[in-house]
Amino acid sequence: MNLVELKSVTFGYRNEPIIDQINLVIRDGDFIGMIGPNGGGKSTIIRIIMGLLEPWSGEVIIPKGTNIGYLPQTHNFDNRFPISVLEVVLSGLLKVHGITTRVSSKDKVRAMEVLAKVGMSHLAKRSIGELSGGQMQRVFIGRAMISNPQLLILDEPVTYVDNRFEQELYYLLEMISRETAILLVSHDVGQIVSSVRTIACVNRQLHYHPSNQITEEILESYNCPIDLITHGHVPHRVLHTHLP
Amino acid sequence: MILDFFKYDFILFALAASLLGSITAGIIGTYVVTRRMVFITGGITHASFGGLGLGFFFGINPLIGAAVFGLISGLSVEYLSRFHKIREDSVIAMMWSFGMALGIIFISLAPGYAPNLMSYLFGNILSVSYSDILIMGILMTLVLALFIPFFRLIQYLTFDEEFARTSRVPVSLFKYLLAGLVALTAVVYIRVAGIILVLSLLTIPQNTALLFSNNLKKIMWLSIGFGFLGSLLGLIISYAGNIPSGASIIFSLVLLYLLCSAGKALYFARKKQINLSKPV
Repeated sequence: MNLVELKSVTFGYRNEPIIDQINLVIRDGDFIGMIGPNGGGKSTIIRIIMGLLEPWSGEVIIPKGTNIGYLPQTHNFDNRFPISVLEVVLSGLLKVHGITTRVSSKDKVRAMEVLAKVGMSHLAKRSIGELSGGQMQRVFIGRAMISNPQLLILDEPVTYVDNRFEQELYYLLEMISRETAILLVSHDVGQIVSSVRTIACVNRQLHYHPSNQITEEILESYNCPIDLITHGHVPHRVLHTHLP
Repeated sequence: MILDFFKYDFILFALAASLLGSITAGIIGTYVVTRRMVFITGGITHASFGGLGLGFFFGINPLIGAAVFGLISGLSVEYLSRFHKIREDSVIAMMWSFGMALGIIFISLAPGYAPNLMSYLFGNILSVSYSDILIMGILMTLVLALFIPFFRLIQYLTFDEEFARTSRVPVSLFKYLLAGLVALTAVVYIRVAGIILVLSLLTIPQNTALLFSNNLKKIMWLSIGFGFLGSLLGLIISYAGNIPSGASIIFSLVLLYLLCSAGKALYFARKKQINLSKPV
């Protein structure tokens, strides 16, 4: 089943398009890694899917009732706002419960489970502003996961988090990906190439590659300059930076 | 003497106004403070002075003029805040002073002398009438009708508006409804605290409450409590010392705030000392 479909979508901020006639289909069972240079349009595509931006042209098709969990790349909130970590995670249920959202004891149990998964349950009662950047990021990942979404979109999830949680997160995502489609955005291929099934390369345009076939030649032929950084257990394929 | 205090109608009206005001301002002020729109609210209140002057000029109830101006300025600031290119604080400052200027122009053009201008600038809770109480009651009902069923939605959209937008809920509609209620609250309580002092009802009890909790619902309850306590204390000071009530209420609210923050600081200092003196 298609969860999200973008048909020939174009969008830009001034007169210049940032993404140009992009086609993208996300289906049940997908685990897509979206890579590309800074400013190439990755977050723009995500923001269009989430309804935060209206495309200049093209079509965005999301079947009614599709539940998408979302981790934004940047967070624009006042970190002195009086809200507990638990309550932040519970806010991820807003789209399920609607405008008269209430929280049941079952929801709270679920929120604690999610917090345990991201290793934050001991801080559930803290104010969000008291946490470090990495801890906040874990809480926001929890907020994206709490509603058991059919599709989980994570925009640069490992920013701010330490190396150990990065490994834990990829392991967690592999577990989740058995039941949930995932779209994982990163500017760094090395981090994700070992977990994902498909690579979507975004640099004004979008091209797919099965992840086991990604090579320097392919990336080069699609004008997709990337720093391929390897970590611990990733097969060692270091590519140099190349420009279009 | 205390029994004497309750003998007069105006005292009973003042008490009712204190209670209704504490509830309304406690809730709306928590929204204003946590969404950091204190300056906007100051702008709205002062801009409404233009409407007040217009009311004097045309011989209609000045507070109706003020309410119209307050609503227009509140909703337009909310609208303008969507465009990031605008220097929001500068726009508010312009609105603030322009409203005051308009008010002065209309009042000086109005025939005769504007009799109780001072009471609009500084408020007088002892002059509250039955119809004022009625209006305050209606406003409180509106505030409760928005905040009780939609409390969590309001909390979430105040905390992280963009994330709320991705949850497919009518964020803009609620922001405008809330902006409207903020404007109406500011205008209705001009009667009690005056244009210059009304901001204190919306900020001081809330900041006292914020000393004690990180839970939005508790902060609202505590704000209501501190607001009512401060108003009562202020009323007594006003009655006993023959001091204008707006000033004595704000004096009491600030006093409560200072006492609470000093108490909190002392408590934590002692706790630290006890922890330090414990054998390791």
